[in-house]
Amino acid sequence: MSAWDDKDFALLRALSRDATQSAGVLGRQLGLSQPATWRRIKRLQAAGVLAGRRVDLNVEALGFGVTVFLGVKLATRGQVSLEDFERAVTAIPEVQTVQHVLGRYDYRLRVVARDISDFERVLRHRIMTVRGIGDVEANVLLSEERLLGPL
Amino acid sequence: MLDDLDRRILRFLQSDPTAPLSELAERCQSQPATVARRLDRLKGYGVLRGLHAVIDWAVLGYGVEVSLRFTLDKTNSKAFDEFLAAARRIKQVIAIQTFSGRVDVRLSVIAKDMPDYQKLYRSEILNLPHIAELEALMHVATLKTAEALPL
Repeated sequence: MSAWDDKDFALLRALSRDATQSAGVLGRQLGLSQPATWRRIKRLQAAGVLAGRRVDLNVEALGFGVTVFLGVKLATRGQVSLEDFERAVTAIPEVQTVQHVLGRYDYRLRVVARDISDFERVLRHRIMTVRGIGDVEANVLLSEERLLGPL
Repeated sequence: MLDDLDRRILRFLQSDPTAPLSELAERCQSQPATVARRLDRLKGYGVLRGLHAVIDWAVLGYGVEVSLRFTLDKTNSKAFDEFLAAARRIKQVIAIQTFSGRVDVRLSVIAKDMPDYQKLYRSEILNLPHIAELEALMHVATLKTAEALPL
């Protein structure tokens, strides 16, 4: 952990806000040379701290008006293979994220749809038909903000 | 508004956000200049909002991630605002989502280990205002995280 210093964290903060900035621009903000900044970015990437880049798209403008989070409980644990269930849900294009969790539910799914009736179609024909699915709770996303966390 | 080329560009951009323009153009069977123009236009429309770094918190030593799902006391009209303002001040919160459904707000929190999580839970989370109900989902594994839109 101590492998990273304040400049690395400042770099992560800057890249979390805007990952299109060049090493030169970032370096000037941090008082580092362009090559030194570039080396730090490479090191963060190689270690896996900088896991990748995420494109921020305006989902509503692209016609996806509804994002729903589903809490899913498996119906008959032991009889359905987790791998089969995971394979089936991850293959659904409208399912954006699949997380295995412990607690009231077994899985947490993030689902996008064009509107509520489109969501109903996805839920009925794609998700509820997956073998092993049990209790499902749906919460419609109203707002979302990502924070820099401990950085 | 958006044509097939725009969709192709966004699709490839989602799968490989750091691909150089020449490669993006090749995969979209178009010319770099055309793709650059389209990217500018998509930014102008507000469809393409930016590029952000994805940080792997586990690599930084935060091995525990928990979804905390809150139901708020809605008899107080300021419940949401006050809760959200207080949640934003907690360093280990990395995302805040609000919902319409049984759950009102969800916080993604990270911790170094279980004792660290317990400390966070007792000293900060339980002190958040207007909590009516609270449940935790502990993340075991993330199986799909593309958050790519089915364009």
